[in-house]
Amino acid sequence: MRSVDELVLPEALGYTENHEWARKDGSEVVAGITDYAQEELGDIVYAELPEIGQSFEKGAEFGTVESVKAVAELYMPVAGEITGINQELENRPDLVNEDPYGRGWLVTIKPADPGEIQSLMDKTAYYELLKGL
Amino acid sequence: MRYLPHTDSDIAAMLKAIGVDSTDDLFANIPEAARSSREMDLPPAMSEWEMRAYMERLAAESPDHKIFLGAGKYDHYIPATVTNLLERSELLTSYTPYQPEVSQGTLQAVYEYQTLTARLLGLEISNASMYDGASALAESLLMATRIRKKSKGKIVLSSLIHPSYCQVVKTYFRPTPFEITFLPVLADGRTDVSALADMGDVVAVAVQSPNFLGCVEDLAGFGDLVTQTKAIFVTCFTEPLAYGLYQPPGGQGADIACGEGGSLGLPPGYGGPGLGMLATKMDYVRRMPGRVVGKTTDANGKDGFVLTLATREQHIRRARATSNICTNSNFCAIAAAVYMACLGKTGFRELARLNYDKTEYLKQQLRRAGMTLPFGAPTFNEFVVKLPPDFKRKYADLAASGGIVAGLPLADWYPELADHYLLCVTEKITRADMDQLVKEVSE
Amino acid sequence: MKQPSATTGLKWDEPLLWEKGQSGRSAFSLPARDVERFAVESNMERQGPDFPDLSEPEVVRHYTRLSQWNYGIDSGLYPLGSCTMKYNPKINEAIAALPGFANPHPLLPEQSCQGILRVMAELERFLAEITGLDAVSLQPAAGAQGELTGMLLIRAYHESQGSPRSKLLVPDTAHGTNPASAAICGYQPVAVTSNERGILSAEAVAGLMDEQTAGIMVTNPNTLGLFEENIMTIAEIVHEKGGQVYCDGANMNALFGRVDMGKSGVDVLHLNLHKTFSTPHGGGGPGAGPVCVRQHLEKYLPVPRLVEKQGRLSWSSDAPDTIGRMHGFFGNFGVMVKACCYILSMGAENLQKVSELAVLNANYLKENLKQTLHLPYDRLCMHECVFTDKNQADCHVNTLDIAKRLIDYGFHPPTIYFPLVVHGALMTEPTETETKETLDGYIAAVQAIDREARTAPELLRQAPTASRLGRLDETTAARSPCLTG
Repeated sequence: MRSVDELVLPEALGYTENHEWARKDGSEVVAGITDYAQEELGDIVYAELPEIGQSFEKGAEFGTVESVKAVAELYMPVAGEITGINQELENRPDLVNEDPYGRGWLVTIKPADPGEIQSLMDKTAYYELLKGL
Repeated sequence: MRYLPHTDSDIAAMLKAIGVDSTDDLFANIPEAARSSREMDLPPAMSEWEMRAYMERLAAESPDHKIFLGAGKYDHYIPATVTNLLERSELLTSYTPYQPEVSQGTLQAVYEYQTLTARLLGLEISNASMYDGASALAESLLMATRIRKKSKGKIVLSSLIHPSYCQVVKTYFRPTPFEITFLPVLADGRTDVSALADMGDVVAVAVQSPNFLGCVEDLAGFGDLVTQTKAIFVTCFTEPLAYGLYQPPGGQGADIACGEGGSLGLPPGYGGPGLGMLATKMDYVRRMPGRVVGKTTDANGKDGFVLTLATREQHIRRARATSNICTNSNFCAIAAAVYMACLGKTGFRELARLNYDKTEYLKQQLRRAGMTLPFGAPTFNEFVVKLPPDFKRKYADLAASGGIVAGLPLADWYPELADHYLLCVTEKITRADMDQLVKEVSE
Repeated sequence: MKQPSATTGLKWDEPLLWEKGQSGRSAFSLPARDVERFAVESNMERQGPDFPDLSEPEVVRHYTRLSQWNYGIDSGLYPLGSCTMKYNPKINEAIAALPGFANPHPLLPEQSCQGILRVMAELERFLAEITGLDAVSLQPAAGAQGELTGMLLIRAYHESQGSPRSKLLVPDTAHGTNPASAAICGYQPVAVTSNERGILSAEAVAGLMDEQTAGIMVTNPNTLGLFEENIMTIAEIVHEKGGQVYCDGANMNALFGRVDMGKSGVDVLHLNLHKTFSTPHGGGGPGAGPVCVRQHLEKYLPVPRLVEKQGRLSWSSDAPDTIGRMHGFFGNFGVMVKACCYILSMGAENLQKVSELAVLNANYLKENLKQTLHLPYDRLCMHECVFTDKNQADCHVNTLDIAKRLIDYGFHPPTIYFPLVVHGALMTEPTETETKETLDGYIAAVQAIDREARTAPELLRQAPTASRLGRLDETTAARSPCLTG
C-alpha cells in the first residue's frame, strides 16, 4: 500500500469523505473514486452502476465497486440525475485501478443544484483526511 | 479414548508451557453463574462394538421394501463406482476450498458438476449447490426479486409444486411484504396458467415439471405467458432424470431452473442430505446465491479453479449478501457429478427411457384392471391412480408384512383426492413387481 | 532448522471430464429391459443431455487423481478458526451407510421407521442436555439455515407479543452469516463494538438496546476465541427490554460440560453438527444446523415435530404457531446419524475432555507462537486464537503470504482475514484431535517462515511452490467469470 504522499490527488477536483471525486464538465458533473479508494480495494473486478435517468440525493448510494475480496458502496457527491455511465468498465473494470480520475470515471450527473459541487472538500482538505486515517 | 491422543505427559508438558497448573485453570474466565451445575446426562461411552450393535439394532427396524414411492425422493440404483469414489477421504474430509492451491480436487469436481448441471437443465450457468430442492426454490424466488429490483409484489406458484416446497417458500417469504398466490389445476393434471394474464405486480412465477402429480407441464407455453407479464420464470423439479427424456427448462424460457438432485447418485437417506440444484442465465450471475467455482490460471500459466464472485456472499457482503448460505451440499454435488459421469449421455437417456417405459407399463396394466387414472397429461416416472376405497386397509398390510409400499396415499395431502395414490416406478422395479401390485389392487 | 517439507504425492495433470471419453462408452450397468417401449410425445422429447461418455476405469481414474490434489483432515492439520476441523471417525461413516439408515424413503409409513425416528429423538435429547435448553429442531440443513430459523423464531415471538421489532444487535466480531440471516428476516443489523478486551461490554449493549430491537446475536466463545464474560448481564439487559438472545453455537467445541447455555441467558441457539460433532465437511457440505430453544419458543419451532406416544414415534404438524417448514423433508438425517454415533462413542466424560483438550491445544499454540506472530489479545483463549501479520509488516509480507508459505511446509493455513475487527487476522483452531507433535511441527514451521520473511521474503511472496499449482489468479476469475466448460 502506497503512503498518502505517494497517492495521486489532482488539484481541480472536489472530494468526499467516502473517497469519491467530482469535477465540473460543462453543465454536468463527472464522478469516480479516488486513488486511495482503488488502492484500498485492490484489483477492481466489477462496477455496478445505476440506470441513466435515475435521480439520487446527495450522499445516497448509487452503486457499488467490487474487488475480489471487498465491495465498496458509492455515494452521490452531489444530488442529481444520472446522465451517463462508463460503459467501458464492463469489459475493463481495471481502468478504475489504472486511471481512476480519467478513463476510470464512473458516472456523469446533471446536478440538481449546480453550485453544490463547491461544497465538496478541496485537495488539501482531503489530503488532511487521508493523513488522519 | 481413541480420538483423543493426549497422554498425561503430553498434558503436563503443555500445561507447563502455558503456565497453568491444570486444565480447569484454562476456563477461569467463565463466570460461576453460567457454569453447568452437574455432569451432562448422556449414555455412558460406548465402545465401537457396543455402538455398532446398538445402531445396527435401530437400523434393522427399517427393513427393505419394494417401494412405488416418489413424491420428491426417487429410489434409483447407485453404481458401486459412485459409493467407492466418495469414500476417498481427501474429498470427504476436506473443507470449503478457500485455499485453492490445495483444493483443486474439490474445485475441478465442482466445476465439472456446474457444467453438467447447466447442460442438463439447458441454461448457461449453475452454482455449486444449495441444501435441497425446497430451499433452492425459495432462494430462486428471492433471487428473482433481486433481478427485478422489487421489494414487494406477487410471487405466483403453481399449486402442483411439491406441497413441502410451497411450505418452505412461505416460511422464507414470511418476513417480506411479498404476496404468495397459487395457480389452480386443469383437468388433465397440469397447471392452469390462464389467471396470470389478469394479475398485476407479478415479480416471479414458479412451476414444477414433472409436477407433484407426476404430470409434465407445458413449459414453453407457460414461459410465453410469463414473458408477457415481465415476471421472472422459475421452474423447479424433484426428478432431474426426467430431463434425460424431456426437453429441459432452459430451452423453454426458464430464467432460473432449480430443484432436488437426489436422484443423481444419492441414497434416499430418509430425506437428507439432498442436493439443491440451481441454474440460470449468465446475465443474472451477480444476483445468484451460493458458491460458484470459476476457471483461471496460476502464477505459471497453468489452468486451475477457484471460488469466485465471492462478493455476493455473506462472508464479504454480510447483511447485503445474496443469501446467508455458507455450507452447501458440496459432497452431494460431487456425488451427482460422478453419477452423471458414469451414466454419460447415452446411459442417462437410456435410464430415463427405462423409467418412462416401466411406468407406462404399470399405467397400462392398471387401466386394463379397471382402475381410473384421472389425469391425462404426459408423465415421466410418477402418476396418480384411483384405487378402490377398501384398498386403504390393504395398503397398510402390504407395507407391514408384504414389504411393498403401494405409492403415496394422497388423502392426507389433498382431501379432494381421497382414494387416490401417487405411484412411482424406477429402474429398480421389475415387471414381476408391477404385475404383483396390479394383482393386489384388483383383489 | 525446519525445511519446507510438503510434497503433494503424485502430481498428475488430469483433464476435464468432457475432454475424456468417447461417444458410446459407458460406466453404468442398466438392468435388463423387461417391458416394451412406449411412445413418447415427439415434440417434448430431447436428444441430450450433452454429457461425455466414459468407461468405468476412466471415471475411477479421473476422480482418484482429482482427490489426490486435495488436502483433507486425514492429510494433516487443518487449523481453520471456528470450523473445528476435528478428526471424522470412520465408524460413523459405516453406521450411516447401513441400509436401514441410508435407504428408507422419507415418506414410508411411520411404523417402518421407528429405528430412524429413535435416532432423531435421542439426538434431540442429547443436544438439549448438552446446551441446557429445552426443545430442539433437527430440520435446518446447515448452520446458516439454523440461524435463519432462529431469526424467524424470534420474529414470531415478537409478533405474538404484539410488538414487531425492526433491529437486531450484531457484534462486530460476528460471522458474516449472522447479519445476512438477520437481513433475510427483515431485521436491520446494528453493530455492537467489542471492548479493548475483545469481548462485548454490558454498557455497549445497554447503550443500543431498546424496544425497537428484537434482541442480540452473540457467538460464545466469540470469533476471537474469547469467552463472552459479560453474557449474563447482557442477557438481562436484552430481556429487560423484551428482547431475545440468539447464540451462534459454532464454537461449542470449547464448552462441553462447562457452560449451561440456558443458564447463561440464551433463548435460542444453533449447533453445527459438521463442526463440533465430527461429521465430515465434504469439501463444503452437507452439514446440519439444529436449533435448541428455551421452553417459551418451543411452539414456534418448524414442523413437523417428533412426538412420542406410548413408545411410538411419529411426526406431528399440530402446531398452530409454527414458523413453518425449513426443509423439504426432515433435515439431513445422514448427518444426524453420524453426530449421534459421535455422542454415543464419547459419553459425557469424554465430551468434557474434548473441550479441555481443544482449549489446551489452542493455548499451547498461542503461548508458543506469540513471540513470532503478533497476538492482539494476550490472555487465556478458548479453543481458538487470533494472530495478526503486524510483526512481519516491515518485511513487506502479509497474512496471505504467510498462509501460502505454510502450504509449502505441509500445513493447511488457518482462516485468514477474519474476524474483521483484527487487521490481517490469522484465526487458528487446532482442535482436540491433534497431537502435541503435530502442534510442535506447526510451531516450527511458523517460526521458520518468520525467519524467511526477514532473510528471503520472496519465498513467501512466491508461495506456494511445492503444491501442484502456484498462487491462482482470483482477479481474472472475478473479472471474466468462466463458470462452465
